[in-house]
Amino acid sequence: MPCRSCEVTDLKTQERFTPLARFPLHVSRDVVQARQSVARELRDRGVSNIRVTRFSTAVSEIARNVIVHGGGGEFSVYLDPAAGYLMTVSSDKGRGIADIPQALTDGFTTAGGLGRGLGGAKRLADVFEIISSADGGTTIKMGIKL
Amino acid sequence: MPQTDTATILRILEVDFNSIVEEWVGSQIEEGVKRSDLFSDSENRAQNVELLRSFAKGVRAGVVDSEFDLKDTAWEDLRATLSDITKERVKRGVTPTEMATFVLALKAPMFERLKKELADNPEGLIGEVLMISRLVDAFGIYTNEVFINEREQIIERQRLEMMELSTPVVELWDRVLTLPLIGTLDSARAQEVMENLLETIMQRQARVVIVDITGVGTVDTQVAQHLLRTAAAVRLMGAECIISGISPMIAQTMVQLGIDVGTVSTRSSIRSALDDALKKMGYEITKIKGN
Amino acid sequence: MSGIASIHLVENALLVSIQDDVNDTEILELQDSLSRRIAQDNVAGVIIDISALEIVDTFVGRVIAQLAGISKLLDAKTYVVGMRPAVAMTLVELGMYLPEAQTALSLSHALSQLRSD
Repeated sequence: MPCRSCEVTDLKTQERFTPLARFPLHVSRDVVQARQSVARELRDRGVSNIRVTRFSTAVSEIARNVIVHGGGGEFSVYLDPAAGYLMTVSSDKGRGIADIPQALTDGFTTAGGLGRGLGGAKRLADVFEIISSADGGTTIKMGIKL
Repeated sequence: MPQTDTATILRILEVDFNSIVEEWVGSQIEEGVKRSDLFSDSENRAQNVELLRSFAKGVRAGVVDSEFDLKDTAWEDLRATLSDITKERVKRGVTPTEMATFVLALKAPMFERLKKELADNPEGLIGEVLMISRLVDAFGIYTNEVFINEREQIIERQRLEMMELSTPVVELWDRVLTLPLIGTLDSARAQEVMENLLETIMQRQARVVIVDITGVGTVDTQVAQHLLRTAAAVRLMGAECIISGISPMIAQTMVQLGIDVGTVSTRSSIRSALDDALKKMGYEITKIKGN
Repeated sequence: MSGIASIHLVENALLVSIQDDVNDTEILELQDSLSRRIAQDNVAGVIIDISALEIVDTFVGRVIAQLAGISKLLDAKTYVVGMRPAVAMTLVELGMYLPEAQTALSLSHALSQLRSD
């Protein structure tokens, strides 16, 4: 269930936002729940079909990575009203990404997938930031202009 | 020495308000910027009155120690008035030079009065003339900014309108569509064109789509990439895409650039593409006997 | 299999409609059962209706491509039917052109293509 009272902290500005929704990411059903909630929030705000689909696809890629590569984690959606963006933050406590530029290259894969997921998500989102370390896991922030 | 740099200016603006407006309008006529073809006398005078009033208000509250910034709240009225007037003038086709001269013409009547007022105080006169110059210049520059901003908005609106005009999807036959592309195909437009085309395919359940590039000036790697992606998206939806209007020149360029069209069908003319599309739909064009 | 409607036999093809809440586990199960049914029912084609899908990401795209590959080995064709415009544009942007699969606008379009083969 989404937890509306928990806050998330902006990675750069340390500004705190109250999430619109928050989900655990452990099983593949959670991926569907995360992307459908994002699609709903975007549609409620009058975002066009094509943009909703593009961003929900990016969310789906990133949320699946948390489960497959990060051993599970969590996902939250929030509004950045000042900038006019809907933002998502996904994080895991996995091994982290050793080489981020390499991971963003189409065709690079460690788990036998297509290797288009991460780079594809970056192309589909308006804002894309990764913070990753070997012991701290991976946090990915994505945004779409409303 | 005057107590503040703006004391005399403010007094003149207060006492002589109406005659300054008259002279301002007069010098606009002399400079040839009063567009009697676009504005009536009373309209022009009313605009000048409004501008001078908000200008005086700004000078009163917005100049501290000879410094001022037109972006401060003290100048709010002037900015609002200016914005309305500029909007109106841009719409009626006034040029940026005319607009700036219109504002700068305020200098002459102000100088004239300061000269009289401070005849026995040359030092004070220089200070006040400098001050009013800086104020009116800033006023003029700001006007230009507002003007350019307003024009940019018009250009953006026209760009959007043109985009819609220039990408019509036309139904040639039952379930056969054509998209005649004209001009340049940058990324933003390519995206728009693709979206429009795919939506129409779904609405009409179109089987064949002819993308005609006869009107596209140059096909470089980027344009070719856009065309091939459009063709790929059309195929994913279940329709067929034919790219027509490939001139010998474009064919040469494409080969030289090493562009591989893969499985996308291409035709030199829209005529042969249409023939092809009709055949796919099970039709044929034949000559009526006796004609 | 909550996200996936059952597999229907229509003429000489297997038809399945994928719902928008399908998850990765279910789609892998679908690939598995469809592969078995192609051989078992000796069909000429598999028709996957994705008109309800709001997104097709690289995982679902890959499963569809693999299914097309599997059915080709079993001498059947895979048709992807009813892809939404926004989905087609996003897939192209992801570089997934699905060359292995056939495509059609609708179920009847796919069936008529299968018949004419």
